Amino acid sequence: MKLEDKKRVLREMVLARRFEERCYQAYIERKIGGFLHLYPGQEACCYGVMEAARPGHDYVITGYRDHVHAMKCGADPKAVMAELYGKETGVSKGRGGSMHIFDTAHRFMGGYALVGGPFPLAAGIAKAIQLKGGDEISICFLGDAANNQGTFHETLNMAALYKLPVLFVCENNQYGIGTAIDRSTAVLDQFKRVCGYDIQASQCDGQDFDVVYEHAKKAVAHVRNGNGPYFLELMTYRYRGHSMSDSRGYRTREEEDVWKQRDPIFILRDRLIDAKALSMDEFTTMEKDIDTYIENEVIKFAEESPEPNVAELEKYVLA
Amino acid sequence: MAEMMYWEGLQRAHDEEMARDPLVICMGEDIGVAGGTYKATKGLYEKYGPLRVMDTPISENSYTGLGIGASFLGVRPIIEIMSVNFAWLAMDQMFNSAAKVRYMSGGQLTAPVVFRSPGGSAHQLGAQHSARMEKVFMGVAGLRVVTPSSPKQAYGLLKSAVRSDDPVFIYEHELMYNMKGEVPDQEYFHPLEGSEIARSGTDVTLFGYNISVHWCMKAAEILATQYHISAEVVDLFSLAPLDRAGIKKSVSKTHRAVIAEEDEAPCGVGSEVMAIINEECFFDLDAAPVRVHSALVPQPYNHKLEMAAIPDHEDLVKAVLKLFGKA
Repeated sequence: MKLEDKKRVLREMVLARRFEERCYQAYIERKIGGFLHLYPGQEACCYGVMEAARPGHDYVITGYRDHVHAMKCGADPKAVMAELYGKETGVSKGRGGSMHIFDTAHRFMGGYALVGGPFPLAAGIAKAIQLKGGDEISICFLGDAANNQGTFHETLNMAALYKLPVLFVCENNQYGIGTAIDRSTAVLDQFKRVCGYDIQASQCDGQDFDVVYEHAKKAVAHVRNGNGPYFLELMTYRYRGHSMSDSRGYRTREEEDVWKQRDPIFILRDRLIDAKALSMDEFTTMEKDIDTYIENEVIKFAEESPEPNVAELEKYVLA
Repeated sequence: MAEMMYWEGLQRAHDEEMARDPLVICMGEDIGVAGGTYKATKGLYEKYGPLRVMDTPISENSYTGLGIGASFLGVRPIIEIMSVNFAWLAMDQMFNSAAKVRYMSGGQLTAPVVFRSPGGSAHQLGAQHSARMEKVFMGVAGLRVVTPSSPKQAYGLLKSAVRSDDPVFIYEHELMYNMKGEVPDQEYFHPLEGSEIARSGTDVTLFGYNISVHWCMKAAEILATQYHISAEVVDLFSLAPLDRAGIKKSVSKTHRAVIAEEDEAPCGVGSEVMAIINEECFFDLDAAPVRVHSALVPQPYNHKLEMAAIPDHEDLVKAVLKLFGKA
């Protein structure tokens, strides 16, 4: 990947980070309601995989930590923020909320709030691709804890059986809500659990964009070339709690600090600085520009947009 | 008009829709090579091949979810779940994914998928293979529920369900697959909403759906010939939405209502129809509505106990006679 492209990715990752941190603030101000699951710490997973795939062409589906995946597929940050504000101009017209971001024009097939629920939906999307004969692939991003649902095993079995073009990306952030993986899961390496279904699987560092990108390229090629499903496990960490109601009493601040030493944005930034493709001043300016954009355009749009019309309460129930 | 069996009506609807549209597929346990537990997919595997007639593993929730996911891209899967008891395992995907996706995406996605599953007490199948529970499915926003009482309805409802952009649950009955009836020779689409007057009458309305329509018809005949009571039979082939206008129209005419359901009473079709009567035409009533339903027990294995647990046409006759002070 060219250094220019990496700089673009860095910029996108910073936007994702600042967007999520701004959501945190808006939630504290009660501008955003419901449950809010934030992505900081895991950015290299989404960007590494999607840079290796074709955003807007390949179909993407995920769980409730979904804002960033939607934006990487092509969703307008303004429409995503407006959705969080519950506005009619939101991607899901204010009917979905944080956990149900959809942008089908960019083939982002949604955020779903039942843990493990998207597994079979992703396989179904792959089934439709198979029937129609396109070169798209179906990409399913979920966390490690989803692998303890029956849908994980049932879907892996069918994906292998029917040789479906689906890439399962496991963002292993080590926690299922507030329970550490070693307290909920007998096998810690998730890719090993997939081997029983004869599905190609691998594990790599999920904090380093370059590492994720290289592994994802192989995984995407495997699926796109008609070899059936692939399971890619990315070792990562979420800085915030599971959702906003979570004070992270189940883990130590020391553990968090260890992970923050390997921040995905700083890893990519420092590599670009070492390669003389970026200066620290440039990076600081980039952050400021993004903050200005978020404040002056994204937040402004969400704030000023109208709420849905109550007379349209029942619109969208049935076709 | 040709006479055909209920399963043949279903099979014909599958075949016609699959021949017309390459994106119509069917899937489920034993539906392909084995030809379908109730033969509704007989011959389709040979005709359309394994990509479109998918034998699935016994993983109800996930193969249902797989069908729903495919429907997001315009595929129209007809998903057979071998028994309603097993369909409970798929409620997560039916309710949380198919029924809600249109709303929570602000109309961007729809799930044009058909779920077919038989319920009902057959012959001594015991507690875990005899459930009805249509009441659970009919209370979910975003999901249509229809239930054919005849081969014609089985054919026409499935045809319409496949063409519908909404998810449709078709509730069938294990005892009805070999029932015979007239089915139009030409293509026929049965409406997914409404109700039908299966027999016209003036003194009391008997509401039935699926198998209980047949109890109502038998009871109406006995009431007419032996007791000179003219019973109207209304077939509620759509359980979600229920036909409020049709229910009101009939009860406003007859002033009395009996609801027949094979399901257990709590939160069921009977209680819902009674609520609609209260809301729509309470002052037209000459007597309090009555429901005839199963006992609230897990279905027993013993044949005598099983028969005691589920109602039949005789229970309906008794209920009507009581309404008229004749029992």
